[in-house]
Amino acid sequence: MRPNDLVLGSARREGLPATVLLAPFVFAFLLFFLVPAGITFWMSLTESSLTRTNAFVGLANYHTLLNDPSFWDSVLNTFYFALLTVVPLTVLGLVMALLVNRFARVQGWLQGVFFLPFVLPISVMTLIADWMLQPSSGVINHILGGQRPWLADPYWALPAVAIGTVWWTVGFNMLLFLAGLRNIPADLYEAAALDGARGFTLFRNITWPALRPVATTALILQIIASLKVFGQTYILTSGGPFNTTRVTLHYMYETAFTQSDAGYAAAIAMAFVTIVILLSVLQAGIVRWLARRDV
Amino acid sequence: MNSRSNVGWTVIGVIAAVVLAALWAAPLLWALSTALRPELETVSSDFHWLPQTWTLDAFARTLAAGNLVRWLFNSFLVALLVTVITMAISLMAAYAFSQLRFRGRSLLFGIAMLSFLLPFEALLVPLFRTMHQLGLINSYAGIVLPQVVAPVVIYVFKQFFDEIPADFREAATMDGAGPLRVLWSVYLPISGNIVWAMAIVTFIAAWNNFLWPFIIVTSNDMMTIPLGLTQTYDAFGVRYAQLMAAALLGAMPVALAYVAFQRRVTQGFLAASGLKG
Repeated sequence: MRPNDLVLGSARREGLPATVLLAPFVFAFLLFFLVPAGITFWMSLTESSLTRTNAFVGLANYHTLLNDPSFWDSVLNTFYFALLTVVPLTVLGLVMALLVNRFARVQGWLQGVFFLPFVLPISVMTLIADWMLQPSSGVINHILGGQRPWLADPYWALPAVAIGTVWWTVGFNMLLFLAGLRNIPADLYEAAALDGARGFTLFRNITWPALRPVATTALILQIIASLKVFGQTYILTSGGPFNTTRVTLHYMYETAFTQSDAGYAAAIAMAFVTIVILLSVLQAGIVRWLARRDV
Repeated sequence: MNSRSNVGWTVIGVIAAVVLAALWAAPLLWALSTALRPELETVSSDFHWLPQTWTLDAFARTLAAGNLVRWLFNSFLVALLVTVITMAISLMAAYAFSQLRFRGRSLLFGIAMLSFLLPFEALLVPLFRTMHQLGLINSYAGIVLPQVVAPVVIYVFKQFFDEIPADFREAATMDGAGPLRVLWSVYLPISGNIVWAMAIVTFIAAWNNFLWPFIIVTSNDMMTIPLGLTQTYDAFGVRYAQLMAAALLGAMPVALAYVAFQRRVTQGFLAASGLKG
């Protein structure tokens, strides 16, 4: 008997149980993921309403998309939102993790305060933000003076939503960095301390090199999460004022569910996926390049 | 010199910790302070950090008016169903991927993992169509089913199963136990921690899911908390004490779950992001 027969034999014996165990997942995966993914692509080549497909139109939707200023505005708004959130979320997450790690006596409390908002439903954040930013009786205007209608102000609406988002989600990044910090062996610090290293030197030579992979993970997850923004802007500003907060997913939603132009919405979805994947790949490349230069 | 610079860093650290903690606690405390006032005080031109008259009136009115209790019930039911079904199908799939040999194993696993790349958001339109054809708009099944596909959970369980020594399974298989039985009575008991962690995280994620219920639910009676809370202006009008009471009541269940299971929640989120806690 050749060794291969053993493997094949067990494959035959375990094929049936494997089928049974995998069936529920494969069924759900096909029905709620793979098939819809295929349909999105197919629909992007058709003229469709929300519930029926009328005609195959080839690349017409993509042609429209390339010349649709509303789409490009929504992409720019999405990028602007990502710009406003990715850096503060990553830096603050790191700072919070360092603080939680440093003050052992209040660790549980500090971590709890920073992380709690992340487990709350989005609309709890938006309700509180809306009340705090209220022009006449909101607490923010009370502190700063004036009656600025933050969420109705074309310059301030998106930054205001971004600040709310930072408050809401930074706890997750803190958690990632905290896990990274806890994996650094304590004797590394002790050895460096014996050599007379202190403060920032320790951070630069031990903490940061050890955290770099975590920072990479955090950045990639964060960019994708920020590009997928929809709920916050939809609830707080409905995309206004003057569409300055209408992001790509919001535009896709409106196209599909308000205009019932599902074919075009599918093309927007395809473009969105392409952008997300391209940016992730690009970012991974940049990170690798930086790592090689030992930044 | 060196010790002076260390003291400097500690002082900066303490200040940063206090300021950040205050900033992060403030919104919820302010919501609480608002919810404990009579409605008139919230629009009064006289500003006070604390209520001048303390009252639970806003909480009572919020619970009595509108559909808040119903939304809480819906959220609980949906999150529970999503969690139980996700755990069941993910454990079975992860066990097969990790322990059984069958043709196409790595291909199937690869396809499932590739789905990380494709955001759920891109599937909204065809998913809505499918649900429409199945007649599942505004139904619990419609809200729950698309949420049970969780390749991340399968990935985490598979990693865990991969590290369990094969002797465990072989011993049980010798005794003639089938794979479901081995999974149930050998693998599940030693995976308690990770299963709990993923279950709690799945529950919180399902409780908080906004996007999918937003697409699939149009009837007020079928709304979950994240969706229902966006309808509160219609239910209560612009009454900020009541809105804050509603927000806090909606936040309570997940906040309590987090406080009670802080360790597990942390472990679960870390595992789901591919890092070990």
